Amino acid sequence: MLNIAQTAQEAVAGVHDGATVLIGGFGNAGQPMELIDALLECGAKDLTVVNNNAGQADAGLALLIKERRVKKIICSFPRQSDSWHFDTAYRAGEIELELVPQGNLAERIRAAGAGIGGFFTPTGYGTMLAEGKETREIDGRGYVYETPIHADFALIKALKSDKTGNLVYRKTARNFGPIMAAAAKKSIVQVSEIVETGQLDPEVVVTPGIYVDTVVKIAAPATAAAEQKVSK
Amino acid sequence: MSEKIGRDELAQLVAKDIKPGSFVNLGIGQPTLVSNYLTPEQDITLHTENGMLGMGPVAQGDEIDEDLINAGKIPVTELPGASYFHHADSFAIMRGGHLDVCVLGAFQVSATGDLANWHTGAPDAIPAVGGAMDLATGAKDVYVMMSLFTKDGQSKLVPECTYPVTGVNCVTRIYTNEAVFLITKDGVRVRETFGTTIEELQAKMEVKLLPAE
Repeated sequence: MLNIAQTAQEAVAGVHDGATVLIGGFGNAGQPMELIDALLECGAKDLTVVNNNAGQADAGLALLIKERRVKKIICSFPRQSDSWHFDTAYRAGEIELELVPQGNLAERIRAAGAGIGGFFTPTGYGTMLAEGKETREIDGRGYVYETPIHADFALIKALKSDKTGNLVYRKTARNFGPIMAAAAKKSIVQVSEIVETGQLDPEVVVTPGIYVDTVVKIAAPATAAAEQKVSK
Repeated sequence: MSEKIGRDELAQLVAKDIKPGSFVNLGIGQPTLVSNYLTPEQDITLHTENGMLGMGPVAQGDEIDEDLINAGKIPVTELPGASYFHHADSFAIMRGGHLDVCVLGAFQVSATGDLANWHTGAPDAIPAVGGAMDLATGAKDVYVMMSLFTKDGQSKLVPECTYPVTGVNCVTRIYTNEAVFLITKDGVRVRETFGTTIEELQAKMEVKLLPAE
């Protein structure tokens, strides 16, 4: 049954020390800023965080890293013009980095949610990022074996939920949300609106409620705290 | 052509070479310029790996919406017929060979089409890969846009990459300010030169150049 939390703090209260947490968003689009702020407040530490990036400027994930609450980050693109908190922690040897090509990151998360034990992908074959990994030639092409990324929690942002946890997203803010919701044991979702069950057209539901454990309404989610610079 | 060509002219040339009706991903930097020269008649659909097909031009003024950005995190617009999908689907579009062309920048390309564009290999650099490796392996054709020579005159089209590679045997064509090169099973062919000759280029490059067929 769906838990409808009253506050972001209540929504993330169960996140424990040492947890693996998937955090949605690509840059600031789809980043669940209020849930991350609440995670900062709740004090959980030694986290393994999975996100495309490693935080921007002085908001959200960047602050979790600044406070040294993240012991390891799994991401595709940590280095940005405004990723100074990550840069400092990394150079000080105070955060572990697992760098994964973006499509492999997405597929590893998808695989976890879909019960796949791993997969062979051409992406990364013959590169530094495949060193030490199992490879196989299939029909004359080289592939690398990649494993699923399971997690204890997912923190994601969607546009709307109904009271069974069915979700719809908005534009490119969808990004990692649907696959992260499926991959985590507990999915915690911030939405701009919660509607009655039956008010979302079943044909347009993107994430079915079976993947969602907790929703919280954040009526006016924060916009980008800092102007985004060109980065990938 | 008798003159060397600039970045915009090169982008125009790439745009002209993309077949009508293609699905295309343009990498960050110089490749982005190509979108300025795609014509409505070509009916090209642009893909952005953060989950969209049918991407329109960069958003201006009131059009700016922080939920609608491209892979460079720049606010963009949507065109009629656009669609959104999650990240795993977006990279399945790429990895699954559904894109016709991907245009990327490069530090180096090898004579057999290995691409190096993600990491200089400097020991103190913080590595970041993003979608570079996925883009290199996914599209049916991978075009590179780059200057042919480094500032100190070294060719960036090399027998073997000395920078860490992004993908192997993936580049099919290289557009440079001096010439357009095709990576073929016979070797590197020069399709056309700009203000230079194949002989002049060969004198400055280790890679064996073959004339256009």
